[in-house]
Formats: sequence, structure tokens, C-alpha cells
Amino acid sequence: MKIEFTLNERPVRVDVAPMARLLDVLREDLRVTGTKEGCGEGECGACTVLVDGRAVNACLIPAIQLRGAQVQTVEGLARSERLHPIQQAFLEHGGAQCGICTPGFLMAAAELLHREPHPSRAQVREALAGNLCRCTGYQKIVDAVAEALS
Amino acid sequence: MLRIAPTFTVATPTTLAEALALKATHGEKAALVAGGTDFVPNLKHGLHAPEVVISLGGLDELRGLDFGAETIALGALVGIHTLATDARIASVLPSLATAAGLIAGPQLRRMGTLGGNVCLDTRCVYINQSESWRSALGYCLKKDGDTCHVTVTGKKCVAAASNDTAPVLLSLGACVELASPRGVRTLPLEQFYVHDGARNTVLAADEILVRVLVPRPRETRRMAFEKLRVRGAIDFPLLNLALAFDLDADGVLTAPELVISAIAARPRRVRALPEGLLTDALVDRIAALAFDATRPLTNINADVEWRRDMVPVLVRRAFAAARGPQSPPFAC
Ligand SMILES: Cc1cc2nc3c(=O)[nH]c(=O)nc-3n(C[C@H](O)[C@H](O)[C@H](O)COP(=O)(O)OP(=O)(O)OC[C@H]3O[C@@H](n4cnc5c(N)ncnc54)[C@H](O)[C@@H]3O)c2cc1C
Ligand code: SF4
Ligand code: FES
Ligand code: FES
Repeated sequence: MKIEFTLNERPVRVDVAPMARLLDVLREDLRVTGTKEGCGEGECGACTVLVDGRAVNACLIPAIQLRGAQVQTVEGLARSERLHPIQQAFLEHGGAQCGICTPGFLMAAAELLHREPHPSRAQVREALAGNLCRCTGYQKIVDAVAEALS
Repeated sequence: MLRIAPTFTVATPTTLAEALALKATHGEKAALVAGGTDFVPNLKHGLHAPEVVISLGGLDELRGLDFGAETIALGALVGIHTLATDARIASVLPSLATAAGLIAGPQLRRMGTLGGNVCLDTRCVYINQSESWRSALGYCLKKDGDTCHVTVTGKKCVAAASNDTAPVLLSLGACVELASPRGVRTLPLEQFYVHDGARNTVLAADEILVRVLVPRPRETRRMAFEKLRVRGAIDFPLLNLALAFDLDADGVLTAPELVISAIAARPRRVRALPEGLLTDALVDRIAALAFDATRPLTNINADVEWRRDMVPVLVRRAFAAARGPQSPPFAC
């Protein structure tokens, strides 16, 4: 099944199995491996990407639903050598330790930034509620996002 | 990580007529997918074996939100995130907005739909498991087996209705509009759900849920939704309940509706509730009736006694919320 969509502002065309998950299309067919798989069940948010600007779980999205969509992954955040402000803040606040959850947190935060340029701490926590981290204890992640968006 | 074996084809109709024609051809062998947040994990666990999967995402006819004078019509493809954040829903149906905002986490609310929630498959600790896990136990009545691990007799599936919009929509007297090649039928939601966890709706093999119709509540109607879950950020309900009642200027409560779910295959309406001056004593009477009406089972992996003890607590919380400002908590 052939599908076309835009990935990080570039048009892509792939031949996929029916119901192939966006996560596998990204990682295996397109070899864009920034997006991670944690649970594969919608529980952890490690696979969060933006589809038409909305943060969603790539592990549950049948690629077939992406025809014509705009998909953004963590690879699309930095501009050439310049990190996105949220990435920079993660670096400065120690928001990443092992790193498996980081791309998902960055994308959930990126959606919040588009929607709400000056969110409260409560809004930051709510926007990140679908993302799990087993290393940082969350505080540094919330600090990083709150600072990047302040 | 479990992959989905491509043993079926996928159809992407763009009109309801096209989707119904596919349903008519394939019947039970055609599975519907909207947001996929329930269907995809279940497919991975081998709970469905469709010959064709019909993706409903292209059916713009199913997207509308219509606020009529008598009825609020909600399209089956309206997103859970929209239900949780739309200002009109928050003001007219605050308990629905509250329930939607407490479904799963932010990403899943952006993917999940109302239709998928209303038609959500029942859940049980013995069924929402991988194929190898289930086979090790010898399967169960709901899929591939001949006994139930929850009930003593083992003769009936009692997997739990776990959709948060269902009790709310029942408490608001909603109807569902079901389309098939035979036409469109409108059914009170109360008749839509049945006492069978193996399949808890009367949706026929050739039908698609098109809209949910909610009668516009009277100005005097107060409502609330409460939910118990392990992690406040994401989990399915261990117990949920929806409350609605009229409250006049003298503080007299009439026409109460209380629906409790995440217990058995079908949300349960608590009947014969008392009316009268809304006092703490009246709330306690209703809370006690709710406790008597509720018998949690081991279908959900949380202590049954605790879940039962939480019923009156949630009833009191629901009354407190319904008596306060009718504004759903902030959802994102
Ligand atoms: C981690 C996690 C947590 C969750 N937490 C909650 C929770 O707290 N509360 C809750 O209620 N749900 C929860 N869910 C379940 C799910 O995300 C929601 O219920 C969601 O609203 C389902 O909608 P969907 O569009 O994704 O459904 P789908 O997965 O697309 O479909 C669900 C079922 O409905 C059928 N269906 C869909 N649309 C129609 C239609 N128009 N006509 C007929 N049949 C149809 C499908 O065939 C399928 O059987 C959770 C899921 C996950 C993975
Ligand atoms: S209630 Fe019984 S039959 Fe139903 S899913 Fe659970 S174990 Fe299986
Ligand atoms: S891998 Fe997608 S939510 Fe965990
Ligand atoms: S940094 Fe290790 S899981 Fe978040």
C-alpha cells in the first residue's frame, strides 16, 4: 500500500503493509530513528510525534491514516546546528538521563509551545501527562519545559 | 513489542455509503477503526481477526457538532480532546467535558473519538493480555476459551465496560444513531448496552454508529462525573460514575440519575433514588443506595472491597461538584 505524507517538511512516499504503525514506518522503512518505542501500547509517550500539529502516539497510528498529513518528529526540531529552545533547556536543566523518553517529551512540549506560548506550570504538567520517565523524577523535565516556554 | 501480522486488507472509504457497502459485504469479518487507540492494541493481542479493516477517518459526515434547541448532536468522529476542550460542551454538558478530559492521556485524547469510546470493547484482566499469556491460562469465554476466570460458574463473560463517556451519556438520556444499508435507527443508549462482556452492545454486523444525540438539559439540571483510577494521568477507570439532577431555587432535588460503571459489562443505573431538599442526609441516603447496588468483581486488577468502599465516596464528591460551579476541570 503506497502512502505519501510530509515528514519534517519533506515529502515522503513509502510502500507499507496494511495497518503498519507510523512508528515502524518511521524507524524501519524511513530509517528515521529518533522516535522511540517504549511500551508499544499507548501508555508511555516515548513514541510521541506531531501529526498535523497534534501530539499523538506513533505506536498506535496506522500509517494508512497519514495520507497527506504533516508529520514532525524530534529530527525536525533543531535548525541546522541550532537546537530548539526546548532541547537547549533539557540540556541545561538535566532533563534527559538515559534518553529513551526524551524525544517523546520534546514533541509533547513542542505541541504545547505552538498552542500556548506562555503556559503555567500546571499546563506544562498536564501537557506532559501522557509521557513516562523512569530516570529523572520529572522535576527537571518540568523545569526545562517551563523555562524554555517562559 | 508485538507486531501486527498483515493478514487482512485495509479499506479507506470517504463516504458513509461506501463504508456501509463494505460492512454489508464482509459483515462480522469487517472491523471498524476510528482513532485506533483501543482497536490497535487489541489487534496486536490477537483479540480480533478481521478479513478487512475499515478506517473511518475519511468520513467527514461523522465529524459534526450541532447544538440544536432540543438536541445536541455529536458526530461519532468528534475527538475526545474536542469534547474535553470545546467551550460549548463545557457550558451545556459539563459532565461530558469532565469525563472526556479524564480519558487516558493527552496524546490518546487527540487520537481517540467519541464513537470509539461509546463502542469501546469491554476490558478484563484475563483478556487484555498477549496471545501467549492468554494461551498459558487456557483462554476464556470472551475469546477462544470455554470458561470465565472471574465468575464462580464460569458461564458468562462479565468483562467491564470501561468507557468513561458511557455513564455520562446514560445519565443525560442520550440516544445513538446507527446506520446500516437497511436505513438509520435511533436507539436510547440504555438499550444499546447489554449484560454480556463478550459483546456488550447491540450494534449489528452491518451497522456503524453515526451520531450521539443528547437532549439539551434544562437550565435547572446539575451534573457531575467522578472517576477512580490508579494513575490520574492516564489510566482506565477502576470505577466511574455520572450524576445528574434538577435543583430548583429552593434547593429541592428532583429527577436524579446516577449511573455507575467499570464494574460489569454494562453501566448500571441506580434506580428509585429519593427526591427532596438537597441536604447532606439526602446525599448520604443516595450514597448508601449506590453502595448497595454495586458489587465489583475481580475483572479489574484492583481490590474489590476498596472499589466498593469508594462508591459512596465518589457519590459525595459528585454531589459536591454538581452543587458547585458547573465548570469542568482544565484539560489539555
Ligand atoms: C493507555 C490507554 C489508556 C486509556 N484510558 C482510557 C480511559 O481512561 N477511559 C476510556 O474511556 N478509554 C480509555 N482508553 C481507550 C481509548 O483510548 C478511548 O476509549 C478512545 O476514545 C477510543 O476511541 P478510538 O477512536 O481510538 O477507538 P478505536 O480504537 O478506533 O475503536 C474502538 C472500538 O469501537 C469501534 N468503533 C469505533 N468507531 C465506531 C463507529 N463509528 N461505529 C461503530 N463502531 C465503532 C471499533 O470497531 C472498536 O471496536 C485508553 C487507551 C489506552 C491505550
Ligand atoms: S470476564 Fe471472564 S470470560 Fe470475560 S474476559 Fe474476563 S475471564 Fe474472560
Ligand atoms: S511506545 Fe507509544 S506510547 Fe509507549
Ligand atoms: S531519561 Fe530515562 S526514562 Fe526518561
